[in-house]
Amino acid sequence: MQKKLVVIGNGMAGARVVEEILKRAPGMFEIVMFGAEPYGNYNRILLSNVLNQSQRAEETFLNPLSWYHENEITLHAGVRAVKIDTQKRCVLGYPLPAKVNAYELYEGSFDQGALVSESYDHVIIATGSRPFVPPIEGQSLSGVFLFRTIDDCQRIAEFAQGCRKAVVIGGGLLGLEAARGLLTHNVEVTVIEAVNQLMPVQLDAESGEMLKRTLEAMGIRVIVSGRTQRIHHDHNKITGLALQDGTLLETDMVIISTGIRPITEIAQASGITVNKGIVCNDTMQTNVPEIFALGECVEHRGKIYGLVDPIWDQARVLADVITGANPSARYEGSKTSTKLKVMGVDLVSIGIKDAEKPSDEIVLYRELRRNIYKKIIIRDKKVIGAILLGDTEYADTLAQVFLTEQAVPENPSELLFGAVEGKALINAADLPDHAQICNCNGVCKKDIVNVILNEDCKSVSAVGAKTKAGKGCGSCRGMIAQIIESCLGKVSYDPAEHYYVPGIPLEKSQLVAEIRAKQLKSVSAVFAALTAGREDADSKIGLASLLKTIWPGQYEDERDARFINDRVHANIQRDGTFSVVPRIYGGVTSPDELMRIAQVAIKYKVRMVKLTGGQRIDLLGVQKSDLPSIWRDLGIPSGHAYTKAFRTCKSCVGTDFCRYGLGDSISLSQEIERRYQGIESPHKMKLATAGCPRNCSEAYVKDVGAVAIGEDNWEIYIGGASGGTVRKGDLLYTAKGHEETIKIFGRFMQYYREHAKYLERTYGFVERIGIDILKSILIEDSLGICSQLDDRIQEAVDAYRDPWKEEAALPAYEHQFEGPRLVEVLREANNNG
Amino acid sequence: MRTPYLVNLGKVGDIPLGQGICYIVKGTEIAVFRSREKKLFAVENKCPHRQGPLSEGVIGSGKVICPLHGHKFDLTTGQGTEKGECVRTFEIWEERGEIVLNIPGDLLNIKEE
Ligand SMILES: Cc1cc2nc3c(=O)[nH]c(=O)nc-3n(C[C@H](O)[C@H](O)[C@H](O)COP(=O)(O)OP(=O)(O)OC[C@H]3O[C@@H](n4cnc5c(N)ncnc54)[C@H](O)[C@@H]3O)c2cc1C
Ligand code: SF4
Ligand code: FES
Repeated sequence: MQKKLVVIGNGMAGARVVEEILKRAPGMFEIVMFGAEPYGNYNRILLSNVLNQSQRAEETFLNPLSWYHENEITLHAGVRAVKIDTQKRCVLGYPLPAKVNAYELYEGSFDQGALVSESYDHVIIATGSRPFVPPIEGQSLSGVFLFRTIDDCQRIAEFAQGCRKAVVIGGGLLGLEAARGLLTHNVEVTVIEAVNQLMPVQLDAESGEMLKRTLEAMGIRVIVSGRTQRIHHDHNKITGLALQDGTLLETDMVIISTGIRPITEIAQASGITVNKGIVCNDTMQTNVPEIFALGECVEHRGKIYGLVDPIWDQARVLADVITGANPSARYEGSKTSTKLKVMGVDLVSIGIKDAEKPSDEIVLYRELRRNIYKKIIIRDKKVIGAILLGDTEYADTLAQVFLTEQAVPENPSELLFGAVEGKALINAADLPDHAQICNCNGVCKKDIVNVILNEDCKSVSAVGAKTKAGKGCGSCRGMIAQIIESCLGKVSYDPAEHYYVPGIPLEKSQLVAEIRAKQLKSVSAVFAALTAGREDADSKIGLASLLKTIWPGQYEDERDARFINDRVHANIQRDGTFSVVPRIYGGVTSPDELMRIAQVAIKYKVRMVKLTGGQRIDLLGVQKSDLPSIWRDLGIPSGHAYTKAFRTCKSCVGTDFCRYGLGDSISLSQEIERRYQGIESPHKMKLATAGCPRNCSEAYVKDVGAVAIGEDNWEIYIGGASGGTVRKGDLLYTAKGHEETIKIFGRFMQYYREHAKYLERTYGFVERIGIDILKSILIEDSLGICSQLDDRIQEAVDAYRDPWKEEAALPAYEHQFEGPRLVEVLREANNNG
Repeated sequence: MRTPYLVNLGKVGDIPLGQGICYIVKGTEIAVFRSREKKLFAVENKCPHRQGPLSEGVIGSGKVICPLHGHKFDLTTGQGTEKGECVRTFEIWEERGEIVLNIPGDLLNIKEE
């Protein structure tokens, strides 16, 4: 007869063990699951991405509800199991009242009538853990959050909308991921850590300090050795927070992330041995023989884990044992490594963080300027710990050497920088079948080899699509490539990853060559020639931008191939209205211009007049139909704030007024802006000039920036960024005089226009090509193309027209600025059935 | 049984080739597109994601891309590329250079029998 298995907890461990059981013995058990969260199961580790808005909540779901249905699993979602009656052999549970958090220690009453009772032959407990909250006054105010579930994420994101400042208490892995997430919600974030460094569990003191600097450079404020005493409020609205040393911080919201504790009440209530966690032996069995446990709620050999990696091993062993597939399987503990999933910070920590014995050997590399720190701890020729910060290129190899306990190479620096002569340090081919390659999704080598050989997966992305390997943090993608290579001899790159636009199977250089050879001057001509006329919506905009670069002045414009912003030269807003940003050369305007702007704002009832970061003025909430007359009334050229093009050149006051000024940054930026206004490019270009290295106009972090260093010498920086990514530009060249500066600016911009991928910002481009190569091409003229680049940017400059002026006078096509049309339904139809 | 209520939206040539126009019919916004192959499509204008105006979107091979966040919708079936997202579609055709839209009774506040 079919046996009945009840699983308590529908999180990562609960769902995983069920998957493993189904793989081994489908149909062996009737399966029932209790899940306190009202969802199917999702990948908790991706919640950090949900908070930082790089993924949507739906994208984290692992098994849809249909999966439960197909596998005949009964899921009690939103129901908390409260007791296992080991005498009567049944599990009792109640639906959680709305508003009670899934992990909350809830002592209120349940709706007795809604009791769920399930008999069992076996039980698996996978209740996970809950956030630990230290005693802080005010912790139950609204505006104080924990970070564990999808619901938490949603609540945090919603609340952050109305906030300017946020504090995260706890500078561990989760706290920092939460802090980074909050940044994307436009709040100022401060992290408070109680001990004297960040991530004390994973980092040594020096890398902790370096991480602090890295985060501060991203705009996160960090306070270490700060103990929070109380959260202040005014009529229940949070106003700030006080530390024990008397420091007061202003804040509108607080996230507490100070560790986790296993959820063990149900085990305790049912006579199961609990120490720090639910105590299990090497088969994941509790002291009650038919009850097993796994995941974060478990204590195994005295250890509690807070990562997913051990769960995969535990789930395999438990499934082997409970199904009888391999009754002698044993779990002997896991070695763990951690990766911080914070955009813009590369950090991996493996094993121990500091030497423990005098004989432990340390290999260390540090680079203060770029905030790079790499350390390995070696004992008996084995890696027992490592920290990689700022550069994690070889992290996956290092992690494998650690996990598989391989001997370190003769020259251990190869572990940090890769092997000389390109020979692979460890070959994935030599790893055993059960070696886990993707730690985020728990995929082992065998599964990868299987899809390569049997399901025709030839590229890393194809393997990912089938197995989920490489789709978490991505650090194992190199290993996956090695495995493909060992199976098939070579890795195919999924060519589509390199297409310039998705609908035409050509890389940028090939596409440009075709366009030139066939003299294709409009988007529809490209489709006609290259896709037999099949128009691809996703490819149109990229093609239009490319054609305009290739054929300045000759390109045949087709407005349907443009994004709405470029059809009407204004930026569409969330409510369907538009914003208008007139050009203000170098950020210098005049009373007369200001007056016209003000008059327009009044006449057209502009909803908001806002100064932009680019030293201009934004008129927001404008109706499409008002655009042409607004442009006419303004009489100022378009600022191109709506398009992928040269945007602005900010400046500081330079020698005109500033007592530190070394160069005339104002007139330089005006000359640049007059020359390059409106030039289209793969992505936007924001420029600046600074009158001295004090850099008031932020020229170091612009796509192209010039910084005066005296005697009319200008340092030219390229590839800077200060948006979602922050990067200081690389010094390309020091030019003499405005004219040379402007010329080098143009040369780089043209090279970027011709060689960048569509939507690749200069920071990615400069990093991809490398500053040394760019210097040799653009300054030393190693390819002999400099004069051509200069000519072609000149052509683009000559082709410039102010679209506002032209189209205010004469729309580019009929109905260009027309709003919705009201249709009169004349015949009021009767119901005649 | 659905009763056809036909509405004339005016000249086909009003819609620029490859683009869309939003028509408001009895308070409902309907995006009408004319593809470069001269085919007409009509879908509900408001994107189910965050109410983006689909009529301002780029179209191609029978799809429209919402201008706000890039969700895509099939112009014939209304099916979106994002899980659970779908827009309503309407029957539309050309007759002697004019656009004819078949509006369902519920838009006219008429009960169907
Ligand atoms: C934001 C975030 C980021 C993370 N990032 C990483 C990472 O990068 N790498 C990594 O290795 N780990 C990471 N982790 C940790 C990882 O998510 C956990 O180790 C993992 O989820 C633990 O799985 P589990 O099944 O034991 O617990 P959970 O996933 O918490 O699942 C337990 C489930 O059981 C439910 N439950 C509890 N009690 C009951 C009951 N009595 N009845 C019914 N249901 C109950 C809970 O509500 C929960 O849904 C992260 C965690 C968070 C919160
Ligand atoms: S960057 Fe230098 S010159 Fe320009 S305003 Fe600042 S201090 Fe003055
Ligand atoms: S509103 Fe349409 S995609 Fe967001």
